[in-house]
Amino acid sequence: MSEFLQQVINGISLGSIYALIALGYTMIYGILRFINFAHGDVFMVGAFIGYFVAPHVISLTGGSLWIAAPIVLIVTMVGCSALGVTIEKLAYRPLRSRPKLTVLITAIGVSFFLEYGGQLVFGPDPKLFPTLIPSSSLINTQHVVIGTNSIVVILTAIVLMLLLRFIVYNTKMGTAMRAVSFDHRVASLMGINIDSVISFTFVLGSGLAAAASLLYASVYPSINPLMGIFPGLKAFVAAVLGGIGNLAGAALGGLIIGITETFVSGYISSSYRDAIAFAILILILLFKPSGILGRHDRDKV
Amino acid sequence: MRLHKSGLMLIAAIVTGFAISRFEHLINPYYYQVLIYIGINIILASSLNLINGFAGQFSLGHAGFMAVGAYTSAVVTSQLHFASSSMLNTAAFSLALLLGGIVAAIFGLLVGIPSLRLKGDYLAITTLGFGEIIRVIVQNLDFLGGARGFTGIPKLTNFVWVFSTVAIVILLVSNLINSTYGKSFLAVRDDELAAETIGISSTRVKVIAFVTGAFFAGVAGALYAHFVTYINPAQFSFLKSFEIVVMVIIGGMGSIFGVILSAILLTILPEMLRSVAQYRMVVYSLLLIVIMITRPRGLFVRTRTAKQSVALKTLR
Repeated sequence: MSEFLQQVINGISLGSIYALIALGYTMIYGILRFINFAHGDVFMVGAFIGYFVAPHVISLTGGSLWIAAPIVLIVTMVGCSALGVTIEKLAYRPLRSRPKLTVLITAIGVSFFLEYGGQLVFGPDPKLFPTLIPSSSLINTQHVVIGTNSIVVILTAIVLMLLLRFIVYNTKMGTAMRAVSFDHRVASLMGINIDSVISFTFVLGSGLAAAASLLYASVYPSINPLMGIFPGLKAFVAAVLGGIGNLAGAALGGLIIGITETFVSGYISSSYRDAIAFAILILILLFKPSGILGRHDRDKV
Repeated sequence: MRLHKSGLMLIAAIVTGFAISRFEHLINPYYYQVLIYIGINIILASSLNLINGFAGQFSLGHAGFMAVGAYTSAVVTSQLHFASSSMLNTAAFSLALLLGGIVAAIFGLLVGIPSLRLKGDYLAITTLGFGEIIRVIVQNLDFLGGARGFTGIPKLTNFVWVFSTVAIVILLVSNLINSTYGKSFLAVRDDELAAETIGISSTRVKVIAFVTGAFFAGVAGALYAHFVTYINPAQFSFLKSFEIVVMVIIGGMGSIFGVILSAILLTILPEMLRSVAQYRMVVYSLLLIVIMITRPRGLFVRTRTAKQSVALKTLR
């Protein structure tokens, strides 16, 4: 029972990280109708920005992590947002009216460019991510250990998701985003600047990926240029599971994937943890391709 | 008539292969290895071209089929005892190649069926997932050597085997595509809905594309395994799939000749650029982006004439 509880907590903490990445996938899909394969690699770049910025910020703030961590978070989010917008401008924008397959291949190209460019710039060997969250165990009974790590991860994720919800549902830009996602032609007729809405979506998505990367690197402190591949793919599965294009669905899907993965590696074998997400993806696409909360689109002539 | 001609070509190709193989020992072993890799890559790229280029089903799991073929054939040849007679060896290796291809084709069927409901991005990521699942399963199977790999595969692959297979694949793909049946592939690729309305079963087309493509990927895997004599799951990760996809895209999806050319080019180029090997993947990915933005139909494909593109525009 106690082991079960421990797994649930670890699963929720991992799941909320996946949820943050999945939100980026789902928003970009909602607006542009394509999978931004490079999203997982924006996440990776976030971890490296954190890796290089954190030591400086920590020494500037005199070693106080409670002040340093939020500053690192903001710097990383700004950095990744800039990267996301740049990718969209240079690689995706010229292809906006082209067939979907062209954009998909380009996205795969961007993804590999970031991964192998990262290997050239940062070196392929793993690096140790600095401690940003002061680690101590809050609750430590005989069997269950809840560290500050998991609590901070879960709380940060919740705060960011609420903030995102506020932006999407209660601001003018958010309304514009929803309008573009509903029908971009009509939205542009209503005077919405499609380009700026798309850029803004990339800012939000990449920013969330940046936050997720810091949380992920705080839990698994070994970072390398290929670290974004699997979290990225799993978060994508989470977005599909919840119903792609749906914000609440992405969060729900992230949690489900995180918990399932923790359970599989805890109770069956950790060597299957990377395959389980794909198995879920195939099952969901076979039985309910629109996802748990998604709506079904039919092809129209 | 066409079939007759292609049959002759096939025989000619195999005879030439045999003739060259007589002088095998004269060829520098390094060049020989590169030649074999070129052949294997042509098989892989041409078979993926059938799925991606002709049927328009973007697959990212080709290395998975290759792995299935490689491991199946390795198990077959390790179970059969090799006699000194080369006749028996030939028979056993043919069996291993065939079984490798068939088991890979069965996996192709397994991937093809769920993917019928999927398009574009979803299909790409599902096939990627399938490839990874195959890899993870192999990694966990002890009788296949797990992550340590499968050792002691007899070195049976040679010039004749590889280039006969290349000839068969190219002939099969080009004959298929020029047949009425093959035109239905192109119809499904260009507009699935329109193809359905004129009575083409898109389901059938997709499944046939997947099964045939997977079969030859399996054979290529088997040839590869019996050339390097040691295989492990990491050789068949989705990076390998990506490499094959790049060959198809640079050559031009749906161009038989372009894909062969790019398979040759992309095998030789990394060998020539060994000193700057760390830039290889960066160059590949940049090339992919630039080609997609400037020449989405491939490097070796003639761009449409002005008249053709006007015609296409009016059609839309």
